[in-house]
Amino acid sequence: MSIRDKVAVIGMGCTSFGEHWDKSAGDLLVEAAYEALADANLEPDDIQAYWLGTCASGWAGISLSEPLKIQYRPVTRVENFCATGTDAFRNACYAVAAGAYDIAMAIGVEKLKDSGYSGLVITPPPGDGTAPNYSAPAAFSLLAPAYFKKYGLDPETGKKVLARIAYKNHKNGALNPRAQFRAEVPMEKILQSPIVAAPLGIMDCSGVADGSAAAIIVRAEDALKYRKDPVYVKALSVVCGPGHGAMHQDFDFTSIKETCYAGLDAYRQAGITNPRKEISMAEVHDCFTPTELVIYEDLGFSGRGRSWRDVLDGVFDLDGELPVNPDGGLKSFGHPIGASGLRMLFEMYLQLRGEAGARQIDNPKLGLTHNLGGFPWESVCSVCIVGRELG
Amino acid sequence: MAGITAYGAYIPFNRLERRRLTEAFDEPALPGEKAVANYDEDSVTMAVEAARNCLNGLPPGGLDGVYFATTTPPYREKQSATTIGAALDAPELVRTADFTSTLRAGSAALLAAADTVNSGARSVLVTAADCRPGAAGGQFEQLFGDAAAALVIGKENVLAEIEDSCTVAGDVITQWREAEDRYVRTWEERFVINRGYTPLVAGALTAIAGRNGISPRDIDRLVLSAPSPRYQTAAALSLGFQKQQIQDGLFDTVGIAGAAHAPLMLTAALERAEPGERILLVTFGEGADAILFRVTEKIKQFHPRRNTTAYLQSRKNSMNYQTYLRWKNMLDFEPPRRPDPDRPSAPAMWRNAKNNLAFYGSRCNNCGTPQIPAQRVCVHCRTKDQMSPYRFAGIAARIATYTIDYLTFSQDPPTVFAVIDFAGGGRLLCEMTDCDPAAVAIGMEVEMTFRRLFKAGGIHNYYWKAMPGR
Repeated sequence: MSIRDKVAVIGMGCTSFGEHWDKSAGDLLVEAAYEALADANLEPDDIQAYWLGTCASGWAGISLSEPLKIQYRPVTRVENFCATGTDAFRNACYAVAAGAYDIAMAIGVEKLKDSGYSGLVITPPPGDGTAPNYSAPAAFSLLAPAYFKKYGLDPETGKKVLARIAYKNHKNGALNPRAQFRAEVPMEKILQSPIVAAPLGIMDCSGVADGSAAAIIVRAEDALKYRKDPVYVKALSVVCGPGHGAMHQDFDFTSIKETCYAGLDAYRQAGITNPRKEISMAEVHDCFTPTELVIYEDLGFSGRGRSWRDVLDGVFDLDGELPVNPDGGLKSFGHPIGASGLRMLFEMYLQLRGEAGARQIDNPKLGLTHNLGGFPWESVCSVCIVGRELG
Repeated sequence: MAGITAYGAYIPFNRLERRRLTEAFDEPALPGEKAVANYDEDSVTMAVEAARNCLNGLPPGGLDGVYFATTTPPYREKQSATTIGAALDAPELVRTADFTSTLRAGSAALLAAADTVNSGARSVLVTAADCRPGAAGGQFEQLFGDAAAALVIGKENVLAEIEDSCTVAGDVITQWREAEDRYVRTWEERFVINRGYTPLVAGALTAIAGRNGISPRDIDRLVLSAPSPRYQTAAALSLGFQKQQIQDGLFDTVGIAGAAHAPLMLTAALERAEPGERILLVTFGEGADAILFRVTEKIKQFHPRRNTTAYLQSRKNSMNYQTYLRWKNMLDFEPPRRPDPDRPSAPAMWRNAKNNLAFYGSRCNNCGTPQIPAQRVCVHCRTKDQMSPYRFAGIAARIATYTIDYLTFSQDPPTVFAVIDFAGGGRLLCEMTDCDPAAVAIGMEVEMTFRRLFKAGGIHNYYWKAMPGR
């Protein structure tokens, strides 16, 4: 039971991410959708069904059908926290694989900069008001002291490891014309950035951006009809957890279980047994630097308690053994929630087809994308693996 | 004979040194410091803490009444004694009442409790708490402190019998707050003392002394509330008492704690009382209440969880005046760059009242795992609907990990959030309070305290936070 080699991506679009004061969510959707159509050499009417991923920038399918003037076709709106974009893609893939449609589009968007607040603002459903009101960086910063203590890192070393992750992602993003922040940031500046949720500074946090990205999906056997170099889907996994870590003392805040389970599921689908060797590159959910640190271990890129050394050894650098976040990641490319998963896929799509320019990784075969929504103790995680060849 | 069967005080952790007021206004200040409720404390939360201290493990199921006395209730219309009873896990079949609008509210509640017990109730909890507002730069800002006290009135295991009481009513304008007033007003001091305080207190004392055939020398402790330290001494001496009989008014350490002041002094007196001693409590406010107690042999057998000495020593007095103004909502600060919190949903609060106020979670009957909030499906073994209520309120915990959040809105930034592991199982991610962020560490021991998370839509939202043990 697997989606492996059943569907392919034949066109993609991605806006630049950043502060698009002059564009609405609809404007961004138009831009990404038409870029994907042009890339696949298709007309709007060729798309038979749409999956729109947005966390909070519009309700219902009409958020897409109105700006694109879709002529009375199915549009499904998907929301799954930070896994929103990837889950929209996953559902579109399943519909095509099932034979319900021949050509579908998955498109994600988020317009964060209109709220006047930094970061994502979601109005929760009415409740009893006892949920603790921590900020997003605070929730993920809980990983840092727990990891440092378990593996014997003094606070200074720990902080340096985290900064090294941000440094790498900014360095990669500097090479990316579509990234929100296109400049390298020196280690010193990262280390000395103002504290937002101790020990995390502002430079440990991903960029708050507007943006949109889109993918066009067909069945694998039809893919070569549309282009000579399609990208094939090898695995799609979304898992949601029971919130065990917030209630049970067994959870030690040095790992995020949803990532472990989604990774295992995806590796099973793709037939991967040694991810560090077999995965050529990955785009992972670096919402905050300690998240990326534990993702390396949860996805099996590093052994338990080893990722911090691998970070310092440059294993995940662009020229390292397993480049992670070659496009700059959430840190430097920016994080418009509903678009991020498809943005990650866009980088894999470019890299696998040799179109990544200055960031091009040598001869990649398999790329992995990973999103994590929620909190370290209770999250939704998506993992997608794509490859350049069938089989 | 009805009397006090348990007692306990609560003094907030934070104190404002009065020299800070001198620094702020360049005017002379009284000596010492005053107790200041944290921004997440109010009269209700302080009353709950005093009651927890007083009950000290006594089963709340024995309470037939929960009374609350204050001049600073959170609501003009909505009872607070019900919130306090619920937080203490008192039974639903309980008489609840708020006593407000006068500095005699504490003694009025005490006397009402005695009447309730004398008419058949087993025991009645009396809580008194106040955080009265004094306008910036004024004498009341210097004098007023925030504190609470709690007493259980009953007929069994009485520590101090109520021998007699008397009330003199006197509708004199002395200190007051009109319905729309934010701060306490006062008439000219000489009138307040000479036509209000002194004659009314004397009237009550003369009446009770005459009825019981006693004179000042028969009294071991005089617990006398007063508008200021100076008039407490002056009034007592003029009535024939000696200085050593006067119970310390805690003016230099706590300040005048409104309706809770006399009950607070009474708990301090009881902590040091010997069997056979007589304590005379006198309160003032549009009249005077006098209550005569005789201490019994049982006094030696009772101890609150923490005594007033321990509370006085457990303190942080480094707060500056700006922080004080912020906690008291006396200055308009720049609003946070986050949306205001939504008001809590009344149906959700109702559904979860036992969990949120009495701090219950659940414990799985199959695998024994305690969990909070209460669950239907066990987080460990996934057995469905086999849960028993499990109360976390008095269980010690340790910090598993933590963060110091500078982004989230708070009246006392930064906010510490901690994942805490309870002894015996169960974990909660919650806010911390009354702590020094720099001292928070993995493994630190914490205990739970009842606090107000926020107010929105005119609803005060109470829940529990963790704090280092005091």
